[in-house]
Amino acid sequence: MIPPEFEYTAPESVDEALQALTQGGEDAKLLAGGHSLIPLMKMRLAAPSLLVDMRKLSDLRGIERANGGFRIGALTTHAQVSQASELGVAAHAAGKIADQQVRNRGTIGGSLAHGDSASDMPAVLLAAEGSVVARGPNGEREIAATEFFQDFFETALADDEMITEVRLPAMDGWKFAYEKFTRRAEDWAMVGVCAMVRGDFEDVRVAFTNMGGTPIRASAVEEALRGQGRGAIEQAAQAAAEGTDPPGDLNATADYKRHLARVLTRRALEKAAAA
Amino acid sequence: MSTVEAGPTGNGYVGQAIRRKEDPPLITGKGRYTDDIVLPGQLWAAIIRSPEAHARIVSIDKSAAEARDDVRIVLTGEDMTDLQAPLPMAWVPPGVEIKTPEHWPLARGKVCHVGDAVAVVVADDKYAAVDAAEDVIVEYDPLPAVVDVEEAMKDGSPLVHEQFGTNITHEWGLGSEDVEEALAAADVVVERRVVNHRTAGAAIEPRAVAADYRAGQLTLYTATQIPHLVRLQLAGCLGIAEEHFRVVAPDVGGGFGSKLNVYGEECLMAYLSRRLETPVRWTATRSEDMQAAVHGRDQVDYARMGMKRDGTIVALHAKLIADLGAYQQLLTPFIPSFGAFVMSGCYKIPSVRTDIVGVFTNKFPTDAIRGAGRPEATHLIEVMVDQAAAELGLDPVEVRRKNFIPKEDFPADVAPGVTYDSGDYHGSLDRLLGTLDYEGFRAEQARAREEGRYLGIGFSTYMEICGLAPSRAVGPSGVGIQAGFWESAVVRVHPSGGATVWTGTSPHGQGHDTGFAQIVADRIGSTPEQVEVIHGDTDRGPFGMGTYGSRSLAVGGESVARAALKVADKAKKIAAHLLEAAPDDIELRDGRYQVKGSPDKGLTLADISLAAYVPENIPDGMEPGLDETNFYDPENFVFPFGAHAAIVEVDAETGKVDLKRYVCVDDCGPAINPMLIDGQVHGGIVHGVAQAMYEQVVYDDTGQLVTGTFVDYALPTAAEMPTFETDRTETPSPVNSMGVKGVGEAGTIAASPTIVNAVTDALRPLGVNHIDMPVTPLRVWQAIEAAQGRGSGPRASEQGVPEGGAQ
Ligand SMILES: Cc1cc2nc3c(=O)[nH]c(=O)nc-3n(C[C@H](O)[C@H](O)[C@H](O)COP(=O)(O)OP(=O)(O)OC[C@H]3O[C@@H](n4cnc5c(N)ncnc54)[C@H](O)[C@@H]3O)c2cc1C
Repeated sequence: MIPPEFEYTAPESVDEALQALTQGGEDAKLLAGGHSLIPLMKMRLAAPSLLVDMRKLSDLRGIERANGGFRIGALTTHAQVSQASELGVAAHAAGKIADQQVRNRGTIGGSLAHGDSASDMPAVLLAAEGSVVARGPNGEREIAATEFFQDFFETALADDEMITEVRLPAMDGWKFAYEKFTRRAEDWAMVGVCAMVRGDFEDVRVAFTNMGGTPIRASAVEEALRGQGRGAIEQAAQAAAEGTDPPGDLNATADYKRHLARVLTRRALEKAAAA
Repeated sequence: MSTVEAGPTGNGYVGQAIRRKEDPPLITGKGRYTDDIVLPGQLWAAIIRSPEAHARIVSIDKSAAEARDDVRIVLTGEDMTDLQAPLPMAWVPPGVEIKTPEHWPLARGKVCHVGDAVAVVVADDKYAAVDAAEDVIVEYDPLPAVVDVEEAMKDGSPLVHEQFGTNITHEWGLGSEDVEEALAAADVVVERRVVNHRTAGAAIEPRAVAADYRAGQLTLYTATQIPHLVRLQLAGCLGIAEEHFRVVAPDVGGGFGSKLNVYGEECLMAYLSRRLETPVRWTATRSEDMQAAVHGRDQVDYARMGMKRDGTIVALHAKLIADLGAYQQLLTPFIPSFGAFVMSGCYKIPSVRTDIVGVFTNKFPTDAIRGAGRPEATHLIEVMVDQAAAELGLDPVEVRRKNFIPKEDFPADVAPGVTYDSGDYHGSLDRLLGTLDYEGFRAEQARAREEGRYLGIGFSTYMEICGLAPSRAVGPSGVGIQAGFWESAVVRVHPSGGATVWTGTSPHGQGHDTGFAQIVADRIGSTPEQVEVIHGDTDRGPFGMGTYGSRSLAVGGESVARAALKVADKAKKIAAHLLEAAPDDIELRDGRYQVKGSPDKGLTLADISLAAYVPENIPDGMEPGLDETNFYDPENFVFPFGAHAAIVEVDAETGKVDLKRYVCVDDCGPAINPMLIDGQVHGGIVHGVAQAMYEQVVYDDTGQLVTGTFVDYALPTAAEMPTFETDRTETPSPVNSMGVKGVGEAGTIAASPTIVNAVTDALRPLGVNHIDMPVTPLRVWQAIEAAQGRGSGPRASEQGVPEGGAQ
């Protein structure tokens, strides 16, 4: 790796880290697992002047139950999330991120902060109606998933803010599935579908990975299914791609992605219903 | 064809699955790759590469880079006009002119592909070099680029090299003159366009070079498969005498043909080191390696197969349009021609002809990538056999069987003009079918179809030509490659009885250290642990041709065997002298030279070598020492073969292909080390399956490389592969004393049509009768959509339409 020159610091506390981030100005960057940031640096697509390494912020690691939900420290790795089966769909989806090495390094906070619409956790956060807790020079705020993701690699997070925690409601009574369609096991999703069903379709949630600049809720599908039964899945899934405008890429044209969204929505809902 | 008498088989190491001697250092991080070699006073180079596919260089402003304290020199192509010769292209086919533009390490005046080297910066460390490279400002005047090979052939296409007035580099043909008549006489002619897309070598170690010029001596460390040829060629480019020039290939982390070349960066580092009188080095980044190491394949093929209604193949014509990219690298234009020699496949076809057109495009040059022409030809033949069988309503296995060259016909002359050494094509297919349960599969397939599941089976019965080569056949007055093709070996027994072997081959993962040690140990009465194999250094052993074309064992191994036999012969004479017996009465048995019939009268190799080096008591007139050299030029190629099959399930809704089973029977003659063979077969199959399902180098319509990293260039992993069910038959070759044939490329040559045929077999009920590689989900889905009357089908040359660029 041959990145441009940068300064490096590894503060002991969140406050010190935030201070370093503010003082470092616009070109200062937090470093969590480094599995999105470092590839960008080595291709010289990112050139931060200062890296504020979060590795010593041990308070930000781990999962606890609180207020009828879960608080997941920002530095909790994908591997740790995937092993916490009480998290439901989040654990299931985290287990499908890349490969074991990436899951051992990559963090939930980094994944959300990066704002890559091909990443898996954003759609999960959106479907679960979770939120992130961000701290900056002006204190702490909670940002709902619906507000957080704004466009390709753009989030509601300010340059001097740090995600400290991710909040997920406990999803007791929900059944779920995350269908991720890739060429190779380790790839990013061409399309991913997070489906959640409460009880006997009393409530339904569907969210997409990589169908636009942000994760997207498939409201048309949800509405068509809410209060209906399993038999309505096939029909409802036809509406999956409505209103989406996915970017075409090397592996999938926009048409194909819309088609995949329909097929995977049906499959995810069938799996969730059968879970 | 002559047969050398089989040597003594002293200890029976040959044939054993001995673990690779080379692995312990490599897997414990103690390997020594080019990038690990630290040279005192070394400087780092960074190369400024063109972001344009085709452009005139208007100006290059070096001043900002030169002004940096840590920068030693900045050079452009115009600064290096004292080079003696451009980079080499080594194919001069008699009677055919090949358009070959001058190709310099740094572009002069214009760039012809993305990644074309334009300038170089040398600085005190590698970070400084890359930083400074960003300060070199190149102004380009873009020219229209041509990326599609068939567009490039049309009148009015942008010209990659204006001076030729055309993009067509040459035309070349091989085989029967009467092919049109033969096709006209056929009951049915099956015609297909078969696209064999561009792939990358993608060796895990990227290319790396370190040059050290001091006091008139140049040492060049380079990740290469051909150190001796690099020296020979670069000596000419640089104007340095070979005797003052040493090339070392240290541990080399894979090549697959991408390091079988003479590259601009090798010339450039040597030039810079000489100019600056201090070591200069460069290691490609992964994305540099993707854009500036030779690619492979990239043909559009038009095939016509003439059939009788009963399934007999009467004629085959293949027109290969070869996308050569922007320049001629070492063997760029020759590669498709290599395929022409196997265009008859395993079949007795009275009339076979291949016609080749080479074409320039604004992409990196293609050259030899594992299989080099033979995978393309085999893909075409094996896909055509399945297509023809389907068109005639016959079983693809029966059509193969019906047309196989029978065992009794070997050595067999075929229409392309070569003589297959030995073969038993029915034998390997029968063995494959035994493992496969073909009938059982067809029943399962029928049941699955009732459930709406699409299973398919695909076969590939292949043969290939390897063991390069008889120099007279391939050299200047034969096929026209400007080299000899023999191999060399030295076997030196030390006074203490251990042995060092030098081979002119240059392994980069194959396991020569182990296999060659087994061969020598048996022949001189030693053990593989006591036989050290040295390679890849022009100052340490005799001239050699290197490792490629599955030649190392059949040519290099045979040379080693012959040198070992010479040693054994001399050792026997010394033993006879010491034991007071006739040399003919000495036999090598259980590692001892003993008198036939009196096993108590015997000597070890150490006893004999000591006597040879302290020559108080050796036969009169005998030279001291135990050290023999061999140069071996084979009299024919060798022709490995086998039968492969794949079973897939296609998800007809998403287009995703699941490879469920892969079964194969390969025949490369008697096994020296079955584990090494399995390793080569496994890797080879992955390589072929990868082309069929995953890997594709994609340039977009403007010539930008879209698959510049391993995120987009989809190398498969173990997770994508099934457990291979490998098996072997052993049909010895009469060409060499061990009966061996090559196996390094066989899996790759065989594999891709199994996948395409299997996917086609699965999809026929949906109306898809023909599909090109790579069978990505998108491509398969588009093919199904088109067959069902929705959509227009896959794009010809791409796995998808790169609209939004890469992830
Ligand atoms: C080969 C490979 C395959 C991958 N495949 C997938 C996949 O299939 N699915 C998937 O979802 N992801 C995938 N990823 C991405 C991986 O999950 C990353 O780990 C993740 O996106 C970023 O997490 P990180 O901890 O590594 O963040 P880093 O790389 O350290 O940081 C990423 C960005 O977020 C910022 N940041 C990090 N932490 C915080 C924080 N707490 N607060 C504010 N800003 C912060 C950084 O400044 C940086 O801008 C893959 C990565 C690789 C290398």
